[in-house]
Amino acid sequence: MSLALIQAPVSASFGGAFEFIFTPQTSNVTGGKTVGGLSQVVELTLTQLEVTVLALALALVVALPAGLYFGHRGTGELVAIGLGNAGRAVPELALIALMAAVIGVGLLNLTVALAILGIPPILTNTFVGIREVDRASVDAARGIGMTEFEIVHKVEAPMALPSIFTGIRTATINIVATATIAPLAGVATLGEFILGENVYGANGVLAGAIMVALLALVLEFSLAGLQRLLTSKGLRLSAV
Amino acid sequence: MPSEEVTDERSNSGASAVRYEGATKRYGDSSVAAVDALTLEIPAGEICVLVGPSGCGKTTAMRMVNRTVEMSEGDILIGGESVRDRDAARLRREIGYVIQQIGLFPHRTIAQNIAAVPQLLGWKKERTEARTAELIELIGLDPELGGRYPAQLSGGQQQRVGVARALAADPLVMLMDEPFGAIDPINRERLQNEFLRLQAEIGKTVLFVTHDIDEAIKMGDRIAVMREGGKVAQYATPAEILMDPADEFVEDFVGADRALKRLALMRVADIDLWKAPLAYVGQPTAEVRAKLASPDVEVPYPLLVDSERRPLGWLSERDLRADVVPSRPDSPLGPLLDRDDVMRDALADLLQGEAQYAAVADHQGRIAGVLSVEIISEFLGSPEAKTEEHGAVERPHG
Amino acid sequence: MASGVLFAAAGEVGKGFIHERTSETLPCQAKPSHLFCWDWARQNIDRFGTPALQQFELVAISVAVGFAVAFALALLAHRRRWLRPPLLAGTGVLYAIPSIAFFLLLLPITGRGRETAIIALSAYTLQIIYRNVTVGLSNVPASAKDAARGMGMTERQILWRVELPLATPEIVGGLRIATVSTVAIATLAVFAHAGGLGTQIFTEANLHFPTSILIAGGIAMLMALSFDAILLTVQRFATPWRRVRAS
Repeated sequence: MSLALIQAPVSASFGGAFEFIFTPQTSNVTGGKTVGGLSQVVELTLTQLEVTVLALALALVVALPAGLYFGHRGTGELVAIGLGNAGRAVPELALIALMAAVIGVGLLNLTVALAILGIPPILTNTFVGIREVDRASVDAARGIGMTEFEIVHKVEAPMALPSIFTGIRTATINIVATATIAPLAGVATLGEFILGENVYGANGVLAGAIMVALLALVLEFSLAGLQRLLTSKGLRLSAV
Repeated sequence: MPSEEVTDERSNSGASAVRYEGATKRYGDSSVAAVDALTLEIPAGEICVLVGPSGCGKTTAMRMVNRTVEMSEGDILIGGESVRDRDAARLRREIGYVIQQIGLFPHRTIAQNIAAVPQLLGWKKERTEARTAELIELIGLDPELGGRYPAQLSGGQQQRVGVARALAADPLVMLMDEPFGAIDPINRERLQNEFLRLQAEIGKTVLFVTHDIDEAIKMGDRIAVMREGGKVAQYATPAEILMDPADEFVEDFVGADRALKRLALMRVADIDLWKAPLAYVGQPTAEVRAKLASPDVEVPYPLLVDSERRPLGWLSERDLRADVVPSRPDSPLGPLLDRDDVMRDALADLLQGEAQYAAVADHQGRIAGVLSVEIISEFLGSPEAKTEEHGAVERPHG
Repeated sequence: MASGVLFAAAGEVGKGFIHERTSETLPCQAKPSHLFCWDWARQNIDRFGTPALQQFELVAISVAVGFAVAFALALLAHRRRWLRPPLLAGTGVLYAIPSIAFFLLLLPITGRGRETAIIALSAYTLQIIYRNVTVGLSNVPASAKDAARGMGMTERQILWRVELPLATPEIVGGLRIATVSTVAIATLAVFAHAGGLGTQIFTEANLHFPTSILIAGGIAMLMALSFDAILLTVQRFATPWRRVRAS
């Protein structure tokens, strides 16, 4: 049906894309409008980061306490695991498009939609991580007089940290990737370049892709670094 | 020295009696109790071993004390105070807890693991650190290991840390659930001895769970033999349990070799030794022969001793044919026992040396008497032995 | 038949929204705020056939390619331990790159089309499959390997007769996660102009038309769940000893 599109000549090049990132240029599609350049790229990148952080924060607020609670209690396994599996099957594009079409556009709606994508991995990994904490350590913690809250806070959560972080990292990847199509929901992220080929040109599309990939990798490496910083050396030793 | 004062105060006031009053545990609405109306008094400062086959409820019984298992009926009093009235977490901070799986926190260093309870109690940093250092020394760990993580320690070292963590806030009572069960036999014995030495110093009230009757005999001041359904079959000292099992169940559980086990509870000094005719170097042999001829002689061979009465060897017929006692005896001394030797080991020495008699020396090395296989077998068979009671003597004297 | 089930389910959800408009006879396209338009769905179901098939092909090929590569890498790392950290990091980086960006980054190299989508989608599956195969192999009890060696199996025989069968649950587990995720992500293949169900979501005509989005998304989810069910069945038949233990 869109054979013409598939065979469309590819005019993008990495050189052109980098030029687009650093130098503002006149759009060759819509006459006269200035596009690209560092300031616009930075602005859109920051918006994508902002949306990602907001959605991740919302997902954390919901999923982390729930995962800790159910993991500690050992109940709700079906929901926690099932939600994780179902979450993977939800097509991001359909979710965002549907949210935009049914509930409406805007930062708040987008944040909620993205947070929905982030909740399942955090919840599942937190739950599983807590359940997998050595029962002897928990028994000892209770035996030496830790309250249930202290057991979660001082023993289970630190020991489940690697698993929790796996969940947070997966959630972050999902959210930042999906934030690319945020323009569908009326929020101008880097997806603005990608979805607006007729304004920004093929080089603009590629520039957007480069920036999205960079942003995702920066987030991934930052979280990996943070995880390393927060994870006790003792856990790494006992994992060997 | 102030630190010594602290230690003294601790051992004097740091233990409370534990009293079970009909403590019962039922799981769900099961009609069969896991622990059935347990009534037991454990005096302050003693080690009480709960021993029995798996599934007899011994661990459940122990766990009701710190309420990691909530009892269904009855009560348990620590120092006269019901555990039921206490906030569970606060109660547990006053009770040391050691488990077979050790359960150290892998994400915390050894020092942080030991400091866990003091931290929960909100001790000042300096006090916690001082106490941690003190405990690392007490359990004989290299102070350098304080900064290591559990994964870097051997199983035996980890359980020493487990014991130190339990002792950190100077608990009134210690609960130990098969604490040495997962340790190899050589290290287990070492840890048992270390703990007994420690206990002689700190004098805690200890509830010790094991399924191993030998460990129970070794560790316990008192033993509660439990049977399925959480009932106590017999509660007595190790010696009583060995000599006078309350019923067939206890007899079976203690094992057919209980006579031998009793020997592990006694020292050579606890038994009446025989006297051998003594012979001194250079003494006329006629005098020695006269001693041998006396009717109340118990050992038919003269024992050669030096001027300090230290045993040198046994004289033979040939030695006595000379005029004076020679300085070198014909037969070697054979096994030489100490008055403090455990009877089981003394018997082993006798059998291994293929000797009928063994000289027993006192602390100065002077002859104290002679032990024979006959004395041991007579003792084990005699009725008065069954009433005689000796402490669990294998522990080092505090 | 599968679509029939989906329709029934989606119809349930949509009822409340449709309710107020049942009296109108106008085609639903004119009122994009409709959550689900039953009439439109009935008339236009045909247009989802080709995209669904495209999506299915994309997923099947991508997962197959991804599995082949990841499995080979895992076996390589199984023999050469030093390869593990770099391979884990490398596949992790590929996993972290958002798929849309990945599609477009390939534009100057492979252009637009199915190949581009397949490259990106299979790269995305590498980490999950690789990690699970490695974990599965390292979880094999040392005693089993020792016994195999003791009875005279070669390293190759140990791998194929002992280690891989015992690692099957983890391997299939990885495959399931990878497949389900890929079905969802393949919806984005529309950005690589590789077709798929995304075409029924991301076109000017459909973008604000919930019915089309719901049908396309629903088919994708149903496809994911079917793949999952099939793989789970395969796993159960491939590891009869685990069924015995479970019962």
